[in-house]
Amino acid sequence: MNDLLSGFATVLSPANLLFAAIGVTVGTFVGVLPGIGPALTIALLLPITFSLDDPVGALIMFAGIYYGAMYGGSTTSILLNTPGESASVATSIEGHQMARRGRARAALATAAIGSFVAGTISTVLLSVIAAPVASLATSFRAADYFALAVLAMVCVTALVGRSVVRGLLSLTFGLFLGVIGIDSLTGQSRFAFGSLELLDGVGIVVVIVGLFAIGETLHAAARGDEPSTVEHVGSGGLLGWLSREDWRRSWKPWLRGTALGFPFGALPSGGAELPTFLSYTYEKHRSAHRDEFGKGAIEGVAGPEAANNASFSGVLVPLLTLGIPTSATAAVLLAAFQIFNVQPGPQLFERSPELVWALIASLYVGNVLLLILNLPLIGLWVSVLRIPRPVLHSAILVFATLGVYAVSNSVVEVLIAYGIGVVGFFMRRYDFPLAPVILGVILGPLMEEQFRRALLIGDGNLTVFVTRPLTAVILALAVLALVAPYVPKLLAKARGRDEAPVKKLVFAEED
Amino acid sequence: MRRTAAVLVAGVVLGSVAACGDSGNDSAKADTVAYPTRTLQIMAPAGAGGGWDLTARTIQKTLKDAGIVKEAVEVTNVTGAAGTVGLAQLATKHRGDAHQLMITGLVMVGGIVTNKSAVDLAQTTPIATLTAEEEVIVVPAASPHQNLKDLVAAFRADPASVKWGGGSAGGTDQILVGLLAKAAGVDPKKMKYVAYSGGGETKAGLLSGDLTAAVSGASEFKDLVAAGKVRALAVSGAKGVDVGGGSPVPTIKDNGFDVELLNWRGIVAPPGIKAGERAAVVALLDKLHTSPQWQEAMKQQGWSDFYRSGDAAKAFYDSESARIRAVLVEAGVVS
Repeated sequence: MNDLLSGFATVLSPANLLFAAIGVTVGTFVGVLPGIGPALTIALLLPITFSLDDPVGALIMFAGIYYGAMYGGSTTSILLNTPGESASVATSIEGHQMARRGRARAALATAAIGSFVAGTISTVLLSVIAAPVASLATSFRAADYFALAVLAMVCVTALVGRSVVRGLLSLTFGLFLGVIGIDSLTGQSRFAFGSLELLDGVGIVVVIVGLFAIGETLHAAARGDEPSTVEHVGSGGLLGWLSREDWRRSWKPWLRGTALGFPFGALPSGGAELPTFLSYTYEKHRSAHRDEFGKGAIEGVAGPEAANNASFSGVLVPLLTLGIPTSATAAVLLAAFQIFNVQPGPQLFERSPELVWALIASLYVGNVLLLILNLPLIGLWVSVLRIPRPVLHSAILVFATLGVYAVSNSVVEVLIAYGIGVVGFFMRRYDFPLAPVILGVILGPLMEEQFRRALLIGDGNLTVFVTRPLTAVILALAVLALVAPYVPKLLAKARGRDEAPVKKLVFAEED
Repeated sequence: MRRTAAVLVAGVVLGSVAACGDSGNDSAKADTVAYPTRTLQIMAPAGAGGGWDLTARTIQKTLKDAGIVKEAVEVTNVTGAAGTVGLAQLATKHRGDAHQLMITGLVMVGGIVTNKSAVDLAQTTPIATLTAEEEVIVVPAASPHQNLKDLVAAFRADPASVKWGGGSAGGTDQILVGLLAKAAGVDPKKMKYVAYSGGGETKAGLLSGDLTAAVSGASEFKDLVAAGKVRALAVSGAKGVDVGGGSPVPTIKDNGFDVELLNWRGIVAPPGIKAGERAAVVALLDKLHTSPQWQEAMKQQGWSDFYRSGDAAKAFYDSESARIRAVLVEAGVVS
């Protein structure tokens, strides 16, 4: 506790507060721009910080950038259906529908406040239980990760949407994009057709920018003028951003999102995307307003946004306690630590307590700063929708192109993004859901890699997936999630009342 | 060519190297030209934040801080395929442009082989090798293997029983395991090597119990070694170094296996530059290397000095390319 207080003392110095403020502001804008993510920004800022004597300020700024980007990423997802990061894809599903129905203000507010709530709670968790969580996270083996990926795949079927065939086709497209490039285990190339650019695979940034930013722009151009969004005036509730009803419907998803985001962030190869998809699915099935899903249900924004922010504190758990980065941004943060000659690991808390606790304290401060920065900005962001569509979309196109080029420095990657954009356009035109593509790109390689790794380690013996209790339990849960919806029906049949009106347990989407 | 051939005793890649060996003309007597005369570009053929990027940016900073060049120095990042995307650009787009340099290293040498890159390092004009980092072999604290001899004895008895883990397939870490297998008389094709996408994942794999032993850059496991969670068995350099445990860890050679491998980094110029230009670039790097700012920067980053320039650098590039190709072929990573 004393450590944390002295951490606050460090952060609340004017210079460090300034670094935190710069970090969250830069992060917010980076999150808003499609393609340019926190990992790239921190990497670009690294050389500048070489000249700083004190690593604390730089690390506080970097943490602010990450948090800020998670906040900012929701903005474009909601307003324009063009998520800037993969962790904001789930937000765009309901968020954009809310914006189209004039509820952009409420959507942005529930995202901002939810992020604040999740960020604060998960930071408390980080300060209290970092060590046990880290040791639990490192007990996950390759077979467990495979089982977890299977469970996630089964659970997020809600993303498939109304038509199972279309959803599965989208998923397959994502899985295909995921296999392109060098196979990580053997070093052989797949679907690269001799192109050096394809050897490293199609980056998730390229897919997101192509599918969402470029695809949406093409779609908007093709369908011509859509009725301009009417902004809801004077919702009148507490603080003016959310109505009493919105608050009532948001707080539980915030907490559940946090509960999902933190542990997934802490798992090596967990990441921020999976918990957002899981949170979305969960909210959809638990909601009393299921009929509103697909038409702008606030729970579908509140949950995923809380999840992606909570995952950051989770990511810091293995990073600080074991030196294991679990996301691209964490890997760059690790490089930053090393440049300042700070080696994250079991001894970091003893060796550089002032640095660690200052960083943790800066997360609390950063959360408050972000809330202060973002709530007033909501009005400004919403007015973005008043910009004439052609102007707005050409701006998106410019930023999207710039973003991809900035990440890769390669024209080929830009062309790939546009190619995916064209696919995205036709998917929108013919009502294919987009989220399963992202799911395939993220989950597919994880599943395949861990499956083969587990087999390699188990000498090719399939029993590795059932011999350890943890693996077996997770796989059993996956099977349960798959068959549970049909159990009541089967039971009814067994009793000979096949037409009885049984209440179906729903985990999978009804078609 | 004369020197090149002398070095290529292994001869495995003699054909491919010789075919393009005229790029690094011996230039001992060439006139040194004024250099640089305009903005100097240094390409880091990988993303920002990694080792090559850091090397490029440290050179950039040192050239300015030490007052070696007055002209602007810019760093560009070209990502992809273990640096071979950048290599291809250097050999084609930048051919003959002495103001465009590129960072390279052992990882690229491996990448050229595994990615079947159309361009190889022998097509560039080698300038210098700069720095090197040791590799370390570690086991979990609870492992029965107390030293490298124990581990290799188990590996010999049943190659499949030892699960090695490290960075990407065909990368430095797998190359080291391959060399060790060869030295221990085990068929490298029989080794079970699990590739991870980075040091962090490798650590997680070792701690969770998936791996018997992990191979990584020496600095990667420092904290876990210091905390007693993993045990360092050997380092891959010429002499033992401390990797966090407080006392020097013996080398692989100390354990009786004739293997030495350093993850080195260097710098090359495009093919087709004039002999005088090559001499000028080499002179520039010589100046960089002797500057106190560079020595200080190396100390700060924990890099050991691995400097050789001009013809010595070329000889090293050639012999290293041959050695790495041979081990990757024997390990069955490429055919």
